[in-house]
Amino acid sequence: MATTTPLLSSVEVARFVANGYHRMDAVVPDELNQEAIGVFDAGIPVVYSGEPVAKVYEEGSFVRRLLEVPAVAGALHSLIGPDPLVDHQALHIREPHEGAAQPLHADAIIDTRPDAFDVQLMYYPHEVTGTMGGTLSVPGSHLRRTNESDTGRYQNLRGQTRLTCPAGTVVLLHHGIWHGGRRNDSDSRRYMFKIRFNPTVPQVRLWDTGDLDDPQITRELSRFFPWCEHATGRLEVYNRIKLWRAMTGDASFDIDLWATRVANRPGRAA
Amino acid sequence: MKQQVLVLYLNTSALDSEVLAWAFYDGTGRTDPTTGDSDLPPYGTGTEALRDGWRLFQASQLLPPYPGHEYDTSYLKHEFFFEKLE
Repeated sequence: MATTTPLLSSVEVARFVANGYHRMDAVVPDELNQEAIGVFDAGIPVVYSGEPVAKVYEEGSFVRRLLEVPAVAGALHSLIGPDPLVDHQALHIREPHEGAAQPLHADAIIDTRPDAFDVQLMYYPHEVTGTMGGTLSVPGSHLRRTNESDTGRYQNLRGQTRLTCPAGTVVLLHHGIWHGGRRNDSDSRRYMFKIRFNPTVPQVRLWDTGDLDDPQITRELSRFFPWCEHATGRLEVYNRIKLWRAMTGDASFDIDLWATRVANRPGRAA
Repeated sequence: MKQQVLVLYLNTSALDSEVLAWAFYDGTGRTDPTTGDSDLPPYGTGTEALRDGWRLFQASQLLPPYPGHEYDTSYLKHEFFFEKLE
Protein backbone atom coordinates (compact mmCIF):
# COMPACT_ATOMS: atom_id res chain seq x y z
CA MET A 1 0.00 0.00 0.00
CA ALA A 2 1.34 3.44 -0.91
CA THR A 3 2.23 5.52 2.11
CA THR A 4 3.93 8.53 0.53
CA THR A 5 0.59 10.12 -0.10
CA PRO A 6 -1.20 13.08 1.48
CA LEU A 7 -1.67 12.37 5.15
CA LEU A 8 -4.50 13.78 7.22
CA SER A 9 -3.84 16.74 9.49
CA SER A 10 -4.26 16.63 13.26
CA VAL A 11 -7.44 18.66 12.93
CA GLU A 12 -8.85 16.14 10.46
CA VAL A 13 -7.95 13.22 12.71
CA ALA A 14 -9.50 14.99 15.71
CA ARG A 15 -12.64 15.44 13.61
CA PHE A 16 -12.57 11.69 12.95
CA VAL A 17 -12.22 11.00 16.67
CA ALA A 18 -15.32 13.15 17.30
CA ASN A 19 -17.44 12.15 14.29
CA GLY A 20 -16.35 8.56 13.83
CA TYR A 21 -15.82 8.95 10.09
CA HIS A 22 -13.73 10.71 7.46
CA ARG A 23 -15.50 11.42 4.20
CA MET A 24 -13.79 12.05 0.85
CA ASP A 25 -16.10 13.08 -1.97
CA ALA A 26 -15.31 12.06 -5.58
CA VAL A 27 -11.70 11.10 -4.85
CA VAL A 28 -11.74 7.98 -7.01
CA PRO A 29 -11.15 8.70 -10.72
CA ASP A 30 -14.02 8.17 -13.15
CA GLU A 31 -12.28 5.39 -15.07
CA LEU A 32 -11.97 3.37 -11.88
CA ASN A 33 -15.61 4.05 -10.99
CA GLN A 34 -16.68 2.87 -14.45
CA GLU A 35 -14.63 -0.30 -14.04
CA ALA A 36 -16.06 -0.93 -10.59
CA ILE A 37 -19.58 -1.70 -11.76
CA GLY A 38 -18.34 -4.50 -14.01
CA VAL A 39 -16.13 -5.88 -11.26
CA PHE A 40 -19.01 -5.79 -8.79
CA ASP A 41 -21.51 -7.33 -11.23
CA ALA A 42 -19.08 -10.19 -11.77
CA GLY A 43 -19.39 -10.86 -8.07
CA ILE A 44 -17.26 -10.16 -5.02
CA PRO A 45 -17.55 -12.82 -2.33
CA VAL A 46 -17.57 -12.02 1.36
CA VAL A 47 -14.14 -13.11 2.49
CA TYR A 48 -12.63 -13.02 5.97
CA SER A 49 -8.88 -13.15 5.60
CA GLY A 50 -6.86 -11.43 8.34
CA GLU A 51 -4.02 -11.13 5.85
CA PRO A 52 -2.01 -8.15 4.54
CA VAL A 53 -3.38 -6.13 1.63
CA ALA A 54 -0.60 -7.35 -0.69
CA LYS A 55 -1.50 -10.96 0.00
CA VAL A 56 -5.26 -10.51 -0.41
CA TYR A 57 -5.29 -8.32 -3.51
CA GLU A 58 -2.96 -8.86 -6.46
CA GLU A 59 -0.79 -6.03 -7.72
CA GLY A 60 -2.73 -4.17 -10.40
CA SER A 61 -6.10 -5.62 -9.36
CA PHE A 62 -9.09 -3.32 -9.11
CA VAL A 63 -9.07 -3.22 -5.32
CA ARG A 64 -5.30 -2.60 -5.14
CA ARG A 65 -5.69 0.35 -7.49
CA LEU A 66 -8.62 1.63 -5.42
CA LEU A 67 -6.48 1.50 -2.27
CA GLU A 68 -3.62 3.24 -4.08
CA VAL A 69 -5.69 6.32 -4.92
CA PRO A 70 -3.51 8.92 -3.15
CA ALA A 71 -6.25 10.45 -0.99
CA VAL A 72 -7.49 7.00 0.05
CA ALA A 73 -4.02 5.65 0.80
CA GLY A 74 -3.06 8.76 2.78
CA ALA A 75 -6.21 8.79 4.89
CA LEU A 76 -5.99 5.05 5.57
CA HIS A 77 -2.36 5.37 6.63
CA SER A 78 -3.23 8.29 8.90
CA LEU A 79 -5.90 6.32 10.76
CA ILE A 80 -4.98 2.63 10.64
CA GLY A 81 -1.23 2.83 9.94
CA PRO A 82 1.07 1.05 7.51
CA ASP A 83 0.53 -2.55 6.42
CA PRO A 84 -2.93 -3.14 7.90
CA LEU A 85 -4.62 -6.50 7.68
CA VAL A 86 -7.71 -7.01 5.58
CA ASP A 87 -10.28 -8.20 8.10
CA HIS A 88 -12.96 -8.84 5.48
CA GLN A 89 -14.59 -7.46 2.39
CA ALA A 90 -18.24 -7.31 1.41
CA LEU A 91 -20.24 -5.92 -1.48
CA HIS A 92 -23.59 -4.45 -0.46
CA ILE A 93 -26.21 -4.12 -3.18
CA ARG A 94 -29.58 -2.47 -2.59
CA GLU A 95 -31.95 -3.39 -5.38
CA PRO A 96 -34.46 -0.84 -6.77
CA HIS A 97 -37.46 -0.49 -4.45
CA GLU A 98 -36.00 -3.11 -2.13
CA GLY A 99 -38.44 -3.23 0.72
CA ALA A 100 -36.55 -2.99 3.96
CA ALA A 101 -33.85 -0.95 5.61
CA GLN A 102 -31.21 -2.55 7.79
CA PRO A 103 -31.69 -2.03 11.50
CA LEU A 104 -29.29 0.49 12.96
CA HIS A 105 -26.19 -1.41 14.02
CA ALA A 106 -22.46 -1.41 14.60
CA ASP A 107 -20.54 -4.10 12.75
CA ALA A 108 -19.03 -7.21 14.36
CA ILE A 109 -19.50 -7.37 18.14
CA ILE A 110 -19.19 -4.95 21.02
CA ASP A 111 -15.59 -3.75 21.02
CA THR A 112 -14.10 -2.25 24.18
CA ARG A 113 -10.57 -1.43 22.99
CA PRO A 114 -9.70 1.99 24.47
CA ASP A 115 -6.57 2.62 22.39
CA ALA A 116 -7.05 0.84 19.06
CA PHE A 117 -9.75 0.71 16.44
CA ASP A 118 -10.51 -0.87 13.09
CA VAL A 119 -11.31 1.24 10.06
CA GLN A 120 -14.02 0.36 7.58
CA LEU A 121 -13.70 1.69 4.05
CA MET A 122 -16.95 2.28 2.21
CA TYR A 123 -16.72 3.03 -1.50
CA TYR A 124 -19.56 4.31 -3.69
CA PRO A 125 -18.74 3.96 -7.41
CA HIS A 126 -21.77 5.93 -8.61
CA GLU A 127 -23.72 8.95 -7.50
CA VAL A 128 -26.02 8.24 -4.55
CA THR A 129 -29.17 10.37 -4.56
CA GLY A 130 -31.62 10.93 -1.73
CA THR A 131 -34.03 8.20 -2.83
CA MET A 132 -31.39 5.52 -3.39
CA GLY A 133 -31.12 4.57 0.26
CA GLY A 134 -27.57 5.74 0.90
CA THR A 135 -26.04 4.56 4.15
CA LEU A 136 -27.57 5.98 7.30
CA SER A 137 -25.00 6.83 9.95
CA VAL A 138 -25.04 8.57 13.29
CA PRO A 139 -22.06 10.91 13.68
CA GLY A 140 -20.44 10.64 17.09
CA SER A 141 -22.01 7.28 18.02
CA HIS A 142 -18.85 5.17 17.64
CA LEU A 143 -17.68 5.32 21.25
CA ARG A 144 -20.99 4.07 22.63
CA ARG A 145 -20.63 0.53 23.89
CA THR A 146 -23.48 -1.30 22.20
CA ASN A 147 -23.66 -4.70 20.58
CA GLU A 148 -24.39 -4.98 16.84
CA SER A 149 -28.11 -4.49 16.09
CA ASP A 150 -29.29 -4.06 19.68
CA THR A 151 -29.75 -0.43 18.57
CA GLY A 152 -32.26 -1.59 15.94
CA ARG A 153 -35.13 -0.05 17.89
CA TYR A 154 -33.86 3.44 17.02
CA GLN A 155 -35.35 4.45 13.69
CA ASN A 156 -34.29 8.08 13.47
CA LEU A 157 -32.03 10.40 15.42
CA ARG A 158 -31.53 14.14 15.21
CA GLY A 159 -28.37 14.90 13.23
CA GLN A 160 -28.25 11.50 11.54
CA THR A 161 -26.66 11.43 8.08
CA ARG A 162 -28.52 9.95 5.15
CA LEU A 163 -25.68 9.68 2.68
CA THR A 164 -25.92 11.35 -0.68
CA CYS A 165 -22.66 11.67 -2.59
CA PRO A 166 -21.05 11.98 -6.02
CA ALA A 167 -19.50 9.00 -7.78
CA GLY A 168 -16.12 7.94 -6.43
CA THR A 169 -16.80 8.84 -2.82
CA VAL A 170 -14.98 6.98 -0.05
CA VAL A 171 -15.90 7.13 3.63
CA LEU A 172 -13.63 5.72 6.32
CA LEU A 173 -15.52 4.70 9.44
CA HIS A 174 -14.50 3.91 13.00
CA HIS A 175 -15.66 0.35 13.61
CA GLY A 176 -18.14 1.36 16.28
CA ILE A 177 -20.26 3.86 14.38
CA TRP A 178 -24.00 3.20 14.26
CA HIS A 179 -25.10 2.80 10.66
CA GLY A 180 -27.35 0.87 8.29
CA GLY A 181 -28.29 0.54 4.64
CA ARG A 182 -31.51 2.42 3.96
CA ARG A 183 -34.50 1.36 1.88
CA ASN A 184 -33.84 2.00 -1.81
CA ASP A 185 -36.91 3.86 -3.11
CA SER A 186 -35.37 4.62 -6.51
CA ASP A 187 -35.32 2.78 -9.85
CA SER A 188 -31.54 2.35 -9.66
CA ARG A 189 -29.37 -0.37 -8.17
CA ARG A 190 -27.07 0.93 -5.43
CA TYR A 191 -23.62 -0.48 -4.77
CA MET A 192 -21.37 -0.08 -1.79
CA PHE A 193 -18.09 -1.94 -1.42
CA LYS A 194 -16.68 -2.33 2.06
CA ILE A 195 -13.33 -3.43 3.41
CA ARG A 196 -12.58 -3.65 7.13
CA PHE A 197 -8.95 -3.11 8.14
CA ASN A 198 -7.18 -4.14 11.35
CA PRO A 199 -4.14 -2.16 12.53
CA THR A 200 -0.76 -3.86 12.92
CA VAL A 201 1.00 -0.98 14.67
CA PRO A 202 0.02 1.29 17.59
CA GLN A 203 -2.26 3.99 16.17
CA VAL A 204 -0.12 6.82 17.53
CA ARG A 205 0.77 9.95 15.53
CA LEU A 206 0.36 8.23 12.18
CA TRP A 207 -0.83 11.41 10.46
CA ASP A 208 0.83 14.76 9.64
CA THR A 209 1.28 16.15 13.15
CA GLY A 210 2.55 19.57 12.06
CA ASP A 211 -0.62 21.19 13.40
CA LEU A 212 -0.80 19.28 16.70
CA ASP A 213 -1.08 22.53 18.67
CA ASP A 214 -3.90 23.95 16.55
CA PRO A 215 -6.71 25.12 18.91
CA GLN A 216 -9.21 23.80 16.37
CA ILE A 217 -8.38 20.30 17.68
CA THR A 218 -10.03 21.11 21.00
CA ARG A 219 -13.06 22.54 19.23
CA GLU A 220 -13.41 19.39 17.12
CA LEU A 221 -13.14 17.08 20.14
CA SER A 222 -15.61 19.21 22.15
CA ARG A 223 -18.45 18.83 19.70
CA PHE A 224 -21.94 17.98 20.94
CA PHE A 225 -24.20 16.04 18.58
CA PRO A 226 -27.95 16.77 18.27
CA TRP A 227 -29.00 13.18 19.04
CA CYS A 228 -26.93 12.91 22.21
CA GLU A 229 -28.30 13.58 25.68
CA HIS A 230 -26.73 16.70 27.17
CA ALA A 231 -25.31 14.89 30.20
CA THR A 232 -24.04 11.90 28.22
CA GLY A 233 -22.55 14.31 25.69
CA ARG A 234 -20.13 15.40 28.40
CA LEU A 235 -19.05 11.79 28.83
CA GLU A 236 -18.55 11.57 25.07
CA VAL A 237 -16.08 14.47 25.29
CA TYR A 238 -14.34 12.73 28.19
CA ASN A 239 -14.01 9.53 26.15
CA ARG A 240 -12.67 11.46 23.15
CA ILE A 241 -10.03 13.01 25.44
CA LYS A 242 -9.00 9.50 26.45
CA LEU A 243 -8.75 8.38 22.82
CA TRP A 244 -6.84 11.51 21.79
CA ARG A 245 -4.40 10.92 24.63
CA ALA A 246 -3.86 7.37 23.35
CA MET A 247 -3.47 8.48 19.73
CA THR A 248 -1.02 11.29 20.50
CA GLY A 249 0.87 9.70 23.39
CA ASP A 250 0.14 12.86 25.37
CA ALA A 251 -1.25 11.74 28.74
CA SER A 252 -1.70 15.36 29.85
CA PHE A 253 -4.04 16.40 27.03
CA ASP A 254 -7.32 17.73 28.36
CA ILE A 255 -10.25 19.97 27.50
CA ASP A 256 -11.59 22.32 30.17
CA LEU A 257 -10.18 20.00 32.87
CA TRP A 258 -12.82 17.32 32.19
CA ALA A 259 -10.32 14.45 32.66
CA THR A 260 -7.94 16.18 35.08
CA ARG A 261 -10.62 17.18 37.60
CA VAL A 262 -11.95 13.68 38.20
CA ALA A 263 -8.45 12.21 38.56
CA ASN A 264 -7.33 14.78 41.15
CA ARG A 265 -6.85 13.02 44.50
CA PRO A 266 -4.20 15.00 46.42
CA GLY A 267 -2.06 12.84 48.65
CA ARG A 268 -3.60 9.60 47.37
CA ALA A 269 -2.18 6.92 45.14
CA ALA A 270 -3.50 7.02 41.58
CA MET B 1 -58.61 -2.72 18.58
CA LYS B 2 -55.13 -2.05 17.17
CA GLN B 3 -52.14 -0.42 18.79
CA GLN B 4 -49.82 2.25 17.47
CA VAL B 5 -46.57 2.63 19.39
CA LEU B 6 -44.42 5.75 19.48
CA VAL B 7 -41.01 5.65 21.16
CA LEU B 8 -39.37 8.93 22.04
CA TYR B 9 -35.81 9.37 23.33
CA LEU B 10 -35.50 12.56 25.33
CA ASN B 11 -32.65 14.85 26.29
CA THR B 12 -33.09 14.31 30.04
CA SER B 13 -35.22 12.12 32.29
CA ALA B 14 -37.90 14.83 32.25
CA LEU B 15 -40.91 14.11 30.07
CA ASP B 16 -41.04 17.71 28.93
CA SER B 17 -37.47 17.68 27.58
CA GLU B 18 -36.49 17.74 23.92
CA VAL B 19 -36.95 14.74 21.60
CA LEU B 20 -33.56 13.50 20.35
CA ALA B 21 -34.56 10.28 18.61
CA TRP B 22 -37.77 8.45 17.77
CA ALA B 23 -39.40 5.33 16.37
CA PHE B 24 -42.95 4.51 15.31
CA TYR B 25 -44.61 1.12 14.95
CA ASP B 26 -48.04 1.03 13.36
CA GLY B 27 -50.33 -1.85 14.28
CA THR B 28 -53.04 -0.53 11.97
CA GLY B 29 -50.91 -1.38 8.92
CA ARG B 30 -51.63 2.01 7.34
CA THR B 31 -47.98 3.12 7.43
CA ASP B 32 -44.66 1.30 7.19
CA PRO B 33 -42.07 3.27 9.16
CA THR B 34 -38.46 2.12 8.95
CA THR B 35 -34.91 3.02 9.84
CA GLY B 36 -33.70 6.35 8.51
CA ASP B 37 -36.98 7.50 6.97
CA SER B 38 -37.20 10.95 8.55
CA ASP B 39 -34.95 13.73 9.78
CA LEU B 40 -37.64 15.60 11.73
CA PRO B 41 -39.09 14.28 15.00
CA PRO B 42 -42.89 13.99 15.24
CA TYR B 43 -42.95 16.10 18.41
CA GLY B 44 -40.60 18.58 20.02
CA THR B 45 -40.97 17.18 23.54
CA GLY B 46 -42.57 14.25 25.33
CA THR B 47 -45.38 16.38 26.67
CA GLU B 48 -46.28 17.50 23.16
CA ALA B 49 -47.05 13.86 22.41
CA LEU B 50 -49.30 13.69 25.49
CA ARG B 51 -51.17 16.79 24.34
CA ASP B 52 -51.76 15.09 20.99
CA GLY B 53 -53.47 12.11 22.63
CA TRP B 54 -50.58 9.65 23.07
CA ARG B 55 -50.75 7.64 26.30
CA LEU B 56 -47.47 7.01 28.09
CA PHE B 57 -47.13 3.38 29.17
CA GLN B 58 -43.43 2.93 29.94
CA ALA B 59 -40.46 5.11 30.87
CA SER B 60 -36.85 4.08 31.33
CA GLN B 61 -35.62 3.88 34.90
CA LEU B 62 -32.82 5.97 36.32
CA LEU B 63 -30.14 3.41 37.05
CA PRO B 64 -26.77 4.21 38.61
CA PRO B 65 -23.76 3.22 36.48
CA TYR B 66 -22.05 -0.05 37.24
CA PRO B 67 -18.99 0.57 39.44
CA GLY B 68 -15.95 1.04 37.22
CA HIS B 69 -18.07 1.97 34.22
CA GLU B 70 -19.16 5.47 35.24
CA TYR B 71 -17.72 7.05 32.07
CA ASP B 72 -18.94 4.44 29.61
CA THR B 73 -21.68 5.46 27.21
CA SER B 74 -24.10 3.01 25.67
CA TYR B 75 -27.78 2.98 24.67
CA LEU B 76 -29.95 6.08 24.63
CA LYS B 77 -30.90 6.72 28.21
CA HIS B 78 -34.27 8.40 28.38
CA GLU B 79 -36.72 6.17 26.53
CA PHE B 80 -40.48 6.75 26.69
CA PHE B 81 -43.09 4.44 25.13
CA PHE B 82 -46.48 5.86 24.11
CA GLU B 83 -49.53 4.24 22.55
CA LYS B 84 -52.73 5.04 20.73
CA LEU B 85 -55.49 2.48 20.32
CA GLU B 86 -57.82 2.38 17.35
